[in-house]
Amino acid sequence: MHVNYMEAIRKRYENLGYQSYRWFIAENAPAWSAVQKPLSKSKIGLLSTSGAYALGQMAYHYKDDSSIREIPIETPTHDIRFSHITENYLVSPRKDPNCILPIETLKSLAKKGVIGSLASTALSCMGGTYSQRKVREEIAPSVLEKFMRDDIDCALLVSM
Amino acid sequence: MCLIARYLEAHGIPTLCLGSALDILEAGKPPRAAFVDYPLGHSAGKPFDLADQEDIVYRALTGFEDIKAPGVAITMLKNTWGDGLWRAEASSTEGSDTRQPRDTTPQFQFAEDRVAAMAKEKIGTLKVN
Repeated sequence: MHVNYMEAIRKRYENLGYQSYRWFIAENAPAWSAVQKPLSKSKIGLLSTSGAYALGQMAYHYKDDSSIREIPIETPTHDIRFSHITENYLVSPRKDPNCILPIETLKSLAKKGVIGSLASTALSCMGGTYSQRKVREEIAPSVLEKFMRDDIDCALLVSM
Repeated sequence: MCLIARYLEAHGIPTLCLGSALDILEAGKPPRAAFVDYPLGHSAGKPFDLADQEDIVYRALTGFEDIKAPGVAITMLKNTWGDGLWRAEASSTEGSDTRQPRDTTPQFQFAEDRVAAMAKEKIGTLKVN
């Protein structure tokens, strides 16, 4: 049986007397962009919503931070850091970033010919944003601009 | 994440969401999605388990070739975490709020990160001037 996070968290906050977190609930079917190339020829862009940043970059703040970090894929794994409003889920990523920001995994898949290539920078933002308007009007357009600049074929989005 | 995926897709970029909260993925109806039944924080595999990480990411990526219509089905990955003890904690409706205070101060993982970021910012400012 899978964990019902929305129900569990809603009840937990209710027990504490807090206002409920409002998850995005889609009311219609999503748009669709057909894949143009086989995976083995595709350039993949990576976005993680885990609040990853590289040493030398600014950390995220926890009040609806809508900024993006561009992490060069050659960044040594030990220089990747995380800040996220739900820090309790960062125990493993802070030891091995690849369990939430799979840069080395994708590089290995590129080497094996499974994917064509990985964009030279991975993107990260901080999930858990309360404002859906900020996600729509700030985070998503910023991610789109960077993915278009990197001329990717497909985007892999990894959530916390 | 689902909102961003839907936005990118509407602007011509095929997307695939990999996550480990099935109900949140279902509610967000992204165009393509893969679910792995792991504790949150491990959507791309177990720490230091390269085989598991590669297997999950590879199987998720195959969705770009196998999923032919939006939001029809979420690819359910077969990887198993091992013990299910984490589920009780994740499902609990009791206990305190695990979120950090909503504050606009950057929350660096280590104190040295702040020093490194400030030094870089200072160099950037000097260049501009």
